[in-house]
Amino acid sequence: MGHLSYEASKRVATKTIGILAVITIFEVLFALLGKGYLVEGFHISGWITGFVMITLSLVKAYLIVYEFMHMKYEVPGLVRTVLLPTLLLVWAIIAFMMEGKYWNVSRVRVKNDTVKAEDAPKPQGSLIYNINESNL
Amino acid sequence: MATEVMSHEHQAETQNQGAWKGGTEPFKASYGKLMMWYFLLSDAFTFSGFLIAYGALRFSMPTWPVPDFVFSAFPGGIHHKPLLFVTVMTFILLASSFTMVRAVQEGHRENKNGVVFWMLMTIIGGLMFLGCQAWEWTTLIKEEHMTVSVNPFGTHTEAGVYLMGDGHDIKEGDTFKPGDSYLIHKHDGEWMPLKYRVTEGEHAGMEKQQAFGPKAFGALFFFITGFHGFHVFSGVLFLLIICVNAASGLYVRRKNGYEMVEKIGLYWHFVDLVWVFVFLVFYLL
Repeated sequence: MGHLSYEASKRVATKTIGILAVITIFEVLFALLGKGYLVEGFHISGWITGFVMITLSLVKAYLIVYEFMHMKYEVPGLVRTVLLPTLLLVWAIIAFMMEGKYWNVSRVRVKNDTVKAEDAPKPQGSLIYNINESNL
Repeated sequence: MATEVMSHEHQAETQNQGAWKGGTEPFKASYGKLMMWYFLLSDAFTFSGFLIAYGALRFSMPTWPVPDFVFSAFPGGIHHKPLLFVTVMTFILLASSFTMVRAVQEGHRENKNGVVFWMLMTIIGGLMFLGCQAWEWTTLIKEEHMTVSVNPFGTHTEAGVYLMGDGHDIKEGDTFKPGDSYLIHKHDGEWMPLKYRVTEGEHAGMEKQQAFGPKAFGALFFFITGFHGFHVFSGVLFLLIICVNAASGLYVRRKNGYEMVEKIGLYWHFVDLVWVFVFLVFYLL
């Protein structure tokens, strides 16, 4: 640090904690509003609330890292070595949520196909059965 | 004699200069601070591993327990206040992050009493957070009977009408829609899933009973919040040690603007940072 006077840094800290508190309250209210707890019968699509929540959480993360952890005052090399891998991690989390969604869709498809296969006429015998027979 | 000493010192100084001779600090940060940053980066990898498992499993399930339903208890026997208690927990942790910033600032101007006071405030904040988490876990385990392998929080996928009540919130004849949540109660060690009749869809008219929710929920919840809680716990221990050291005047003698307080501060803010994301994925989404 050392770039700001004691009084100035104190003001920055107070302002930052204020912004973080306001964002947190907004997030909670928005989550409850989106799921229909605040206004009867009023919902917001999960995609919109999800996008808003993730964006606001990233803003909170930025404020904590840059203002509280003083990343703002570190040299660019240090900032890059720490933040670039972290950004890849955020991407990995989002990517695996998408992947999970795909597993869900595939599971439903496999289930539907299995139901159809059960309705279809059963094939007579099987390869394993034939092998066992020849062993006898 | 004096000049000889001078030249020795001068020699030592020149030997330590240059990027590869240990004289300069890489990235203009001290060894301890730089390594704290890289430790936190590696810790972020561990937490991301957990969150990746959580995200992939959650979205691969047809239903998932609704957080506003699961986390709606509040101390004093208050129920149905969605997210209120975790919001309080979040504010406690945010406040302790602020007191930590204040401790670091007092350290920069070498104010020993200020450092000790604000570190004590941070320790109290950490302990309050741990207390809240203990209460949350106790409620989930003792009252709602969730374990790492049993998840009594389910979600309806069909519309229907209950054929029996549970003596708590659900009465016989109550209707529900797809997406409504329920908690299977336990009486005298026996699970009591309620029977209901489906009223819409291809299974209309069929009688079914409440099914348990996705099994992975309990394990993911306890492991991720537990791992975070363990970080808070060890953070409180380190804060205590450094607070005692600061009070004893150890860091005054080092004359480096209480750098040790700054390092534990980095760790403490990281714990707060992880909570931002745990709060996001478990409670908000």
